[in-house]
Amino acid sequence: MGFEKFGRKSFAAITKTARFVDLLAEGKIEGTVCKDCGVKFFPPRADCAKCFSKNMDWFVMPEKGKLETFTTAYYAPLGFEADPPYTMGVVDFGNGLKLFARVAKEIKLEEVKVGMDVAIRPVKYDNGQLSFEVTKA
Amino acid sequence: MKEVAVIGVGQTSFVRGYEGSIRELAFDAFREAMQDAGITQKDVDASVFCSAPEYDKQRSPAGVLAEYLGLIPQPTLYVETVCSSSSSGLKVAYGLIKSGLHDVIVVLGFQKMSEISSAESQERMGRGSDIQWEAPFGTMMPAYYALYAQAYMAKHGLTHDDLMNVRIKSSTYGVINDRAVYRKPIKPGDFKQGDPEAKMAGPVAWPLRVGDCCANADGSSCIILANAEKAKTLSKKPVWVLGIGAASEAVNMAARPDFTRGLSVGYTAAGQAYKMAGITAKDVKVAEVHDCFTIAEIMAYEGLGFAPPGEGKQLIREKATYKEGKIPVNVDGGLLSKGHPIGATGGSQIRTIVLQLRGETGPMQVAGEPDIGLVHNIGGVGLYGNVTIFGRD
Repeated sequence: MGFEKFGRKSFAAITKTARFVDLLAEGKIEGTVCKDCGVKFFPPRADCAKCFSKNMDWFVMPEKGKLETFTTAYYAPLGFEADPPYTMGVVDFGNGLKLFARVAKEIKLEEVKVGMDVAIRPVKYDNGQLSFEVTKA
Repeated sequence: MKEVAVIGVGQTSFVRGYEGSIRELAFDAFREAMQDAGITQKDVDASVFCSAPEYDKQRSPAGVLAEYLGLIPQPTLYVETVCSSSSSGLKVAYGLIKSGLHDVIVVLGFQKMSEISSAESQERMGRGSDIQWEAPFGTMMPAYYALYAQAYMAKHGLTHDDLMNVRIKSSTYGVINDRAVYRKPIKPGDFKQGDPEAKMAGPVAWPLRVGDCCANADGSSCIILANAEKAKTLSKKPVWVLGIGAASEAVNMAARPDFTRGLSVGYTAAGQAYKMAGITAKDVKVAEVHDCFTIAEIMAYEGLGFAPPGEGKQLIREKATYKEGKIPVNVDGGLLSKGHPIGATGGSQIRTIVLQLRGETGPMQVAGEPDIGLVHNIGGVGLYGNVTIFGRD
């Protein structure tokens, strides 16, 4: 249990990576790294498909990256009707490490650009759900 | 390589709100394909049913539909790769025939999307992606394809007018395709920003607008495949499966290598299919590509090798993909005009290409008696991709 707290609305409650949500509550955004072969994963994985190890550690994600692409949704799927418009994007930290998240509402739509420098931070919604979002660098 | 042939094709009109259940919907395409092939159920050895789950309530639909179509006690099974389900079904059937297990197989794709609301449908489609790490942000198909559009437009100079012109091409053929759900003409003024009368201009997931997105629909499609021996006895105009390519890609956007290069599965599947068929992109005379969104058609041009990476816009600017152009694409209106009843879409694309190669598409017919046609069918946001190449005698 525990993973139901992730995101605006979670579709999974049980995962071996549920500690991710506890870390968010502590203000940390972390991925997993294979202790045996060193591959880093974000989003986190419990199992390494490269060397078949289940021996994982957590590592802190880089704070700054570039916004590789983004979109602003003006309609929403069931369960997210209160949210539009909201912007989502992909942040590229280099070395193959990327992250998908919402972009913070405080950034004006016209300011969001492909290639802009951005940062990431944990976020807690009014209903107690925990997530992370893209902010200005 | 003439070992497996299409001997019959059928498709319902794609509509909003089909007045019947899924078994009745499936029957309509099946009936047309069986009559087209001129065979009865006794000639069929097996069936493959294809759809995306959770639009209707029927679990394990293959047995239920096989019974309604009169295809029991022959073996049946269910194949699912979301939007590419029925071209995956064709691949499975091809393998079953080529292996010698069966001689004649019915591949039936269906989807009745109108049983749920549009918002529910967006949620279902969103859950066709990564439910653990992405759906919690409120993702949906237009938003995913918009991520590709945004990066692509920023790098390659693709404009909103280019995307609009993909939809205008589509509507040119939607108007003359009596099986399409959207049959009204579309003009540039329909995309005018700020004009409340401009019905295609509203943002859905920026930079994609209403006119950039295909519509949900109800529909079914049916393809009947046979081995060479049966094809020669049963069919006057067999259309041969010359090449099949299929690929998969990481589900999470964080694992996608390059948003400016389009969907990797398109490139991979095309390479395999061309190699198996022993042809190149230049040999293709008519193509159906997966234009669930306008940007998807531009990316498909490049994945299939019709244009170099980043240059897909030139084909639409030069009208090269119109019926009279050097490589006609989606001259039946594509998903944008026909509508996209998920499980039926691949079979509908295959039907169009088979009819093109048989010279039977009426006002949509490409001139010059095309001998090689291609179907490009994508599942999810390039999670799955199938490219299938067809040729005639």
